[in-house]
Amino acid sequence: MSAEKLLEIKDLCIHYITEDGTVKAVDGMNLEVGKGETLGLVGETGAGKTTTALGIMNLIPAPPGKILQGEVIFEGEDLLKKKAADIRKIRGNKISMIFQDPMTALNPVMTVGEQIMEVVQLHKKVSKAEAIKHTQDMLELVGIPGARWVDYPHQFSGGMKQRVVIAMALACDPTLLIADEPTTALDVTIQAQVLDLMKRLKDELNTSMIMITHDLGIVAEVCDKVAIMYAGNVVEYTNKENLYRTPRHPYTVGLFNSIPSPDSDEDRLKPIEGLMPDPTNLPSGCPFHPRCPNATEKCARVIPTPIEVTPGHFVKCLEYAPGGLH
Amino acid sequence: MHKYILKRLLALIPVMLGVSLIIFTMMYFTPGDPAAMMLGESAPPEQREALREELGLNDPFWIQYGNWLRGIVLEGDIGTSYTTRRDVADEIMDRFPATLQLAVSGVVVAVVLGVPIGIISATRQYSIFDNVSMFVALLGVSMPNFWMAMLLILLFAVNLQWLPSSGLNHGFRSLILPAITLGTGAAAIIARMTRSSMLEVIRQDYIRTARAKGQVESKVTNVHALKNALIPIITVIGLQFGGLLGGAVLTETVFSIPGVGRLMVESIGQRNFPVVQGGVLFIAITFSLVNLLVDILYAFVDPRIKSQYK
Ligand SMILES: Nc1ncnc2c1ncn2[C@@H]1O[C@H](COP(=O)(O)OP(=O)(O)OP(=O)(O)O)[C@@H](O)[C@H]1O
Ligand SMILES: [Mg+2]
Repeated sequence: MSAEKLLEIKDLCIHYITEDGTVKAVDGMNLEVGKGETLGLVGETGAGKTTTALGIMNLIPAPPGKILQGEVIFEGEDLLKKKAADIRKIRGNKISMIFQDPMTALNPVMTVGEQIMEVVQLHKKVSKAEAIKHTQDMLELVGIPGARWVDYPHQFSGGMKQRVVIAMALACDPTLLIADEPTTALDVTIQAQVLDLMKRLKDELNTSMIMITHDLGIVAEVCDKVAIMYAGNVVEYTNKENLYRTPRHPYTVGLFNSIPSPDSDEDRLKPIEGLMPDPTNLPSGCPFHPRCPNATEKCARVIPTPIEVTPGHFVKCLEYAPGGLH
Repeated sequence: MHKYILKRLLALIPVMLGVSLIIFTMMYFTPGDPAAMMLGESAPPEQREALREELGLNDPFWIQYGNWLRGIVLEGDIGTSYTTRRDVADEIMDRFPATLQLAVSGVVVAVVLGVPIGIISATRQYSIFDNVSMFVALLGVSMPNFWMAMLLILLFAVNLQWLPSSGLNHGFRSLILPAITLGTGAAAIIARMTRSSMLEVIRQDYIRTARAKGQVESKVTNVHALKNALIPIITVIGLQFGGLLGGAVLTETVFSIPGVGRLMVESIGQRNFPVVQGGVLFIAITFSLVNLLVDILYAFVDPRIKSQYK
């Protein structure tokens, strides 16, 4: 974690206030992304990964969403305090996002070319012809014939739409790319191509990335460091080597145990028991305690804080706190 | 696309047959004797009987209908007005320009008011603007047209004397009050539809994508969202326009405008069967054509629909 800081998230809290209750989608988050670094954000569905990403771009839908506190410091400035006009200059330009669901992320009544061109013309001083050329180049880059820029989203397959979304996010050479499960809609070969593309960006353009996924295999392939999220909390945060060698948090350990690996036989596969808690009514104390194999009575009472167990390895578990589990 | 339009036009034929049969039946069973209306109650019965014979009113139902249909198909003749002895087609075409002017100006007022109000209401849901304009829209929908017309006449024609109160002889100025009368009611319906359609669309993921690109809010709303919200909006505009083309009886009456609506009401009163039948057929055709136009517009708004038109 030595790279120059690009993004720093401090004490970020994002809640959704709905009629059924308040969802603490992101609760006291602290993260850092250095220049050229890739941070993996891993967690089950509903953990708050997309909310984190939207928070960074200051795009939380309000209402019901509300950023209660925290800072998102990008290149030394707090994005959450920026004026609307200033943050628009950053969105799609310095920070861009690949959205999770390519089926709904594209506007159905505009051609994909128009949609890519839009972001190019917003942020680059180019003529229309240049913008079209750039749009076609971007499509080619993600493996779609440039001539198809005049087609509408419904004329593309799901995987191609995903690649259009990627092309759109890359069109202005972002400094920080947030990729929200960019490969879930793709088959394995295309998935590999997309990951290669991202790695190339990272190597050639020194692009920083936040890779949101629930696939620890992808993390192993592209990430430098990883934050494991559970119910709005970052429960473990460290570099990739630490995480794979010595996972500390019981939830992380559970995640690793639930991955099938070729050299272990099937019945040793242990999915984490229990279900994600009701987001509007999280358990007291550590939100993971009802599912945790090591939980004690103390875990239901005391909310854990992040502990730096070894340099650069943060774990939010009472086991590592002064006093331990009892 | 051409094939689609042709198919739709051909599909009009059975519809028109159905419409004509229904209206013919209704007129056949309507009490009242056209001959008596034309000659007056005091005319001797023999004279009336002779006229009935001449007009073919004594023939059985199917013969009457068959004759009428044959006239249309073979000679393009919709019939002759009992009262003026003129071609029904001419009678209608005399009245149609006034109705067309009213309909177009009414719809223009409705769209210019309704669409922006709906958009602003949707982007500021539950704001004061939203609440007030939706309340006014509810009033607009429920307020009778003739009452609105009379209020307008009292204020602008009688008291302020800015605008003429009747007829169409003062060009553009004489259209203003009738257009407002017709337009406000339709504007209310359009505003409500625009609002609900926009509310649906601005929740969609692609709107978030547009914002994530750094697009300004006005373009997000007026380009990305509006274009997706347009289908139901065009539909109600089309329905309003189609309805107005059939004549706006009350408005035409209050403002003494000789339009298709008044022609129809007068003809029904006089048991002037050919004019009523021709008029209904004409109204049905214009309504269907407006509908077809709306469906064609869909294709320009939404490429997914366009690819279905074969
Ligand atoms: N617009 C919203 N209104 C209310 N609650 C929301 C909204 N968006 C998200 N949430 C809630 O916030 C929590 C976090 O959601 P988020 O979309 O960030 O999860 P995620 O980690 O991205 O999950 P997934 O892997 O399924 O994409 C969930 O409990 C979700 O129900
Ligand atoms: Mg998500």
